[in-house]
Amino acid sequence: MLLAVIGRSAAVTVAGLVILIAGFLLLHAQPALREIGFVRFFADASWNPSPGPEGRFDIVPALVGSALATALAALIAVPIGITAALGSTFFVHRAVARLVDSGVGVLAGLPSVVIGLWGLTALVPWIARIRAPGASLLAAALVLAVMVVPTIYVASRGAFKSIPKTCLDGATALGMTRIGILRAAVLPTVKPALAVGAVLAITRALGETMAVVMVAGNVAAIPRSLFDPVRTLTANIALELPYATGLHRSALFAGGAGLMALTWSLVVLGRCISRAWSGEHND
Amino acid sequence: MAVVTSTGAAGVSVTGTVSVVGSSTIAPVLGELGRLFEAGHPGTRINVETGGSTRGIVEARSGRADIGMVSRALTVNEQDLAAYLVARDGVALILHSGLEVQSLKREQVIDIYTGRIDRWVGVGGPDAPISVIHKAEGRSTLEVFLDHFGLKPTDVRPSVVVGDNQQCIKSVASIPGAIGYVSIGAAEFAVADGVGIRLLPLDGICATTANVRAKRYALTRELNLVTDATVSPVTRAFIDFVLSSDATETIRDLYFVPIGD
Amino acid sequence: MTEARIHRSTTSKSDVAVQTASWLALVALLVPLGLIVGDLLMRGATSLSPQFLVDSPSKAGREGGIGPVLLSTLLVMGVCLLVVVPLGLAAAIGLNEYLRRGGFAVRTVRIALDVLAGTPSIALGMFGYAFFCIALGMGVSILAGGLTLACMVMPLYVRLSEQALRTVPDDVRAAADALALRRYTAILRIVLPVAAPGLFAATGLALARALAETAALLFTSGYVSRTPGSLLDPGRVLAVHIFDLSMNVPGGDGPAYATALVLVALLLSVSGVPRLVRGFTRRWSHPV
Repeated sequence: MLLAVIGRSAAVTVAGLVILIAGFLLLHAQPALREIGFVRFFADASWNPSPGPEGRFDIVPALVGSALATALAALIAVPIGITAALGSTFFVHRAVARLVDSGVGVLAGLPSVVIGLWGLTALVPWIARIRAPGASLLAAALVLAVMVVPTIYVASRGAFKSIPKTCLDGATALGMTRIGILRAAVLPTVKPALAVGAVLAITRALGETMAVVMVAGNVAAIPRSLFDPVRTLTANIALELPYATGLHRSALFAGGAGLMALTWSLVVLGRCISRAWSGEHND
Repeated sequence: MAVVTSTGAAGVSVTGTVSVVGSSTIAPVLGELGRLFEAGHPGTRINVETGGSTRGIVEARSGRADIGMVSRALTVNEQDLAAYLVARDGVALILHSGLEVQSLKREQVIDIYTGRIDRWVGVGGPDAPISVIHKAEGRSTLEVFLDHFGLKPTDVRPSVVVGDNQQCIKSVASIPGAIGYVSIGAAEFAVADGVGIRLLPLDGICATTANVRAKRYALTRELNLVTDATVSPVTRAFIDFVLSSDATETIRDLYFVPIGD
Repeated sequence: MTEARIHRSTTSKSDVAVQTASWLALVALLVPLGLIVGDLLMRGATSLSPQFLVDSPSKAGREGGIGPVLLSTLLVMGVCLLVVVPLGLAAAIGLNEYLRRGGFAVRTVRIALDVLAGTPSIALGMFGYAFFCIALGMGVSILAGGLTLACMVMPLYVRLSEQALRTVPDDVRAAADALALRRYTAILRIVLPVAAPGLFAATGLALARALAETAALLFTSGYVSRTPGSLLDPGRVLAVHIFDLSMNVPGGDGPAYATALVLVALLLSVSGVPRLVRGFTRRWSHPV
C-alpha cells in the first residue's frame, strides 16, 4: 500500500516540476509580453533587441531554426541509433556489443562544450570547404545528432534486449529469415520503447544549447539552405541573456516559454502519430 | 609571485565571505585574485560566480552580491553604484591567418561589416568569400566596436554571430576567409600559441597590449568592479587588493592591462 | 536474462541488407566518438599526470590540477543520484504498476516529463538558482546543484525506467497475482529483478547525462574552484571547469582537454559499475 502511495505521489511530483518551471519562465517573460505584445514576436522585421523604440523582436527565425535543426538531427540520429542497437543486440559478437555500449556511454557523457569545440575545430572547417562560412544548419544538425544518438541507442537496446530468447529461437526454428523475425517478432513489441527514445532524443535536441551555439552560425535569419547559418531559440538565450537588460531580458524569457510550448506541441504531435502508426493505445 | 600580507589597510586582520558576481570575462582574473587573497588572509572566502555583466549590476544593487563584475563602462542609469576601474582591454580586428591581407582602411572595415564588400578580392585579397564574424547583442566589445566605426547594430550583415572571445578566436581560426574583432590580450596569446589568426593594425597602430598600455591604441573597453554604497571591511580589503600593485601581475598574466600601468 | 541472438537458418537478400545496415550504423555511431576522443587525446594528453588529479587549480586553472573540481563533481553527482534513483524509480513504478494504464493521469505525467526533458539547461539553471538557491535558501552550493541536476535528469530516468518495467510481460504479474502475492512483493521481488538490466542502463545514461551538464550547474553549484567544505559550499564540476578553461581563459585549452579526458575515464568506469552491481544482484534475482 505504501509503495502505491509513494509511487503515485512521486509521479505527480515530477510532473509538477514542469508547471513550476513553465510558471517561472512566464513570470519573467511577463514584462515583454505586456509591453512588446505577442503579435510583434511574429510580425517584427528582424531580431535586433536594442533598448528603446528601435528594438525589433521577431522570434520566427529562431523558432524555425530550432525546429529545422532538431528535425534534421532526428532524421539522422533516429535511424542510426535504432539500427545500431539492432546490430548490437542481434548481429554482432557479444564483446563488440559491449564495446559499443561503453562507447555510447562515453558519448552520452561528453559535455556539450566538448562536442561543440570539436564541431568548431573539426566539422566547421570541413563544411567551410564546401561553402562558407561552415558554421551552418548542417553543422548544427550533425552536432545535435551526435548528442542525441546515445539516448536512442540505449532506449532501443533496452527494448531489443528484453525480447525473450525463446521467442527468437522459436522463430528461427520455424525457418524464418532474420528480417522476417525482426518484422514479426521484434518490431511490434519494441515500437513503444523506440518511440520513447525518439521523443526523449528530440526534446533533448530542442533544448541543447552550447554545442549548437558554437557551430550553428547564430545569425537570426531563416536559413535557405543547409549551409546557411541558423539561430536556435536556445542559442538566442545563451548568447544574449548574460548581457541583456530589462525588456530584452524579458523577451529572451518569452523565447524560452515559446520553446517549452514548441516542445509540448511536438510531444503531443509525436504521441498522436505513434498512436496512429501502431493503431493501439501504446503511449 | 606577489606576497600578500594578512592585514587589511588599517592593519586590522579581516575575515568573512565576499561574493563577487558578473561578467565571465573578468571572472577568471577575480577568481585567481580571490585565491591569492584567501591564501594571505586566512578566514576569508572569496566566492566568484558568473552570469554576465547585467547580473553583476543587478546583484550588486540588490545587495545579493558584495561586488559586481562589469566588463564595460557604466551607463547613466548605473551611477548609483560605486565603480572601480580595474583594467582596460583593447579590441582588435583579427583575420584568419591564411589570408594575405595586411591591413584594412576604416572604410573597408565598414564596407565589409555592412555587407557592401563580400569577397576578399574587393580589398586586395584573394577571390574568396568574406565570413564576417560579429558578436552577440549586448556585449561591450560589440558596442565599443560599432561605436568606433559609427555603425548601428542593424547595419551589420554578419555571417556568423559568436558569444565570448575564445569562441570568436576559434571561429576565425576555423573558417577560411573570416574576419572578427576580439580582446587584444586573448588574441595575442592565441597568436603566440600558434592558433591560426592574425591581428590587424587599427588606423596604422599595431594591436598590442603594449600600445593599449601606452594609450596609443584607440579601441579599448573598461573592466570594472561595482559595489553599492556600503561595503563590509573584508570587501573593502579585497577591492583594495585588486587595485593594488600586488594584483597587477595576475591581471597582466590573464592578458588585460591593469589600471596601474 | 541471457542475451538473445538470431541464429542463421535462412538467409535472404534483405537479411544481408539489414545486417550491412546495422554494421554501417555501428560504424556511424563510433566514428564521431573516435574522432572526438582522438582530438581530446591529441590536445590534452600532455597535460595529464597523476598530480593533475589531486592538485588544486592555480592561475585560473592553467596550472595545477583538478582535485577540488573532481571532489565537487562526485558530491554533486552523489546528491543527484540519491534523489533521482529513489524518486524516479518510485515514479516509474507508480506510472507503470499502480496508476491506471492509459489513463488521464499517466498520459499527463508522461507528457509533462517529456516536456521537462526538453527544457534548455540554461532555463533550468536559472530556475534552480531562483528556487533552490534563493527561495529555499541553499545559496549557490553543491546541494542546490545536485537538486537542480536531479530535475534535469529525472525525466530521462523515469521514462527509461518505465520502459524497463514495461518490458516485463504482464503474464508475470498475472502469475504473481494468481499466487496471491501482494502487489508490492510482486514488484520488489519479481518485476524489478527482471527489469534490472534496463534499470541499470537507465541509471547509466542518467549519470552520463548528469556528468555532461554544464549550464544548469554553472548557476547553481557554482564557479568557485576551491575544495568544498560541506554540501552547502559552492564548487564547480568538471563540465563547468572545461567550459571556463576553453571559453574564458586564454591558454586554458590544454588543461581543458586534459580535464575532458578525465571525464571520459570517469564515464568509462561508470558504465562498468552497473555491470558489476548487476553481477551481484543476479544471485538473488531469479530470471524468468
